[in-house]
Amino acid sequence: MSASPILSAFRQALTEAWAGGAGALMPLGFFAGAAVLVPLGIGTDPDTLRAVGPGILWVALALASLVTLERIFQADVEDGALDLWLQTGAPASMIAAAKAFAHWLTAGLPLAILSPIFALMFQAKADTSLLTHMGLYALGGLAFFFWGGVGAALSATVRRGGLLISLIALPLYVPTAIFGALAMSGGPGSTGAPLFLAASTLFALAVAPFAMGAALRLAAD
Amino acid sequence: MSTRALLSATDLGMIRGERILFRNVSLAAHAGEAIVLRGANGAGKTTLLRILAGLTRPETGNVNRAASHHWIAHREGLKPHETPRTHLGLWARAWGAPTDQIDDVLNKMALIRPSDVSARHLSAGQRRRTALARLLLQERPVWLLDEPLTALDADGRELLLGMIFEHRMQGGTIIAAIHGDAGFDSTCEVTI
Repeated sequence: MSASPILSAFRQALTEAWAGGAGALMPLGFFAGAAVLVPLGIGTDPDTLRAVGPGILWVALALASLVTLERIFQADVEDGALDLWLQTGAPASMIAAAKAFAHWLTAGLPLAILSPIFALMFQAKADTSLLTHMGLYALGGLAFFFWGGVGAALSATVRRGGLLISLIALPLYVPTAIFGALAMSGGPGSTGAPLFLAASTLFALAVAPFAMGAALRLAAD
Repeated sequence: MSTRALLSATDLGMIRGERILFRNVSLAAHAGEAIVLRGANGAGKTTLLRILAGLTRPETGNVNRAASHHWIAHREGLKPHETPRTHLGLWARAWGAPTDQIDDVLNKMALIRPSDVSARHLSAGQRRRTALARLLLQERPVWLLDEPLTALDADGRELLLGMIFEHRMQGGTIIAAIHGDAGFDSTCEVTI
């Protein structure tokens, strides 16, 4: 087995994410929306904003993953590319993982990288914890995109499968959301939480590709 | 035929929903042969080809693949933003085929002029030619073609029939679902 089909799938997914016009701008749009609307909804008290800021960013990250992933496998089914990918000789799970990873790079990672700026908009203190949080968002986002990919693969043959993706993926997002938020809370149990977050991401990376691969084989059947 | 079949299938049967699509379909494709699948719309020609390609699992029977194959389906596999050149480049790399032949392939398929036009602006015939161009990227003995003549103009048909002839001369085989006669020279017909 050679790695070239997997690299090609990765490259195609990257180009596709940018060609779609969304790319890195989509999550930024989400967050910009949240940053504007949340203070209007809950008031402009700095302490309140500081408390909800990290949570809002987790939500934006989760939504960004759901929205960008909605079409990745469905488009492949509709234009016939899935048939070709499944016949490259490379495992379907690895092709799917390459695509999910490419979408995390274009939609998840930029949000994590820009998270300090957003945090400041929510009145966070400008210290090194912002950089720690950046790493946590990057790590947790990876899990979101892989679990979201499972939902996307399972609903690849369903028209307007967005709701289905959410229903499948959201329960799988829970551990990441819990440990991610706990790690940033500074409360009891928060010291070990980053490790639990890392473990839940590793679990996603290990399991989700096989679920995506099996779902894609089923979609082609 | 004394040589071993490049692709053979025995007793294939398929159920879709509550209905038996086909059953007891057996075929063997040897070097130089052209098998044409016939059948009314909805008879299961595409499904049979997908089974031969390994995409769909048959209800009964099994497929024996002794050689690699190309799969040209109804849907071309082109992304809206891809151009014929980037599409062929992508698949040449994915398959580990040389990429320096792409200009020759584009030339042969008369795709040089639209070679840098994105697929959303290509005509149906040009999209089909782009898909068929994949056949030339890498030599594979078995070609599985689902309605390959669709959307092609007279020149395009001529071109494809020439490619198929050459492929068979070189010891390849094709299995195709084709409507009408279209000057298609087959060694065997399977009606389902």
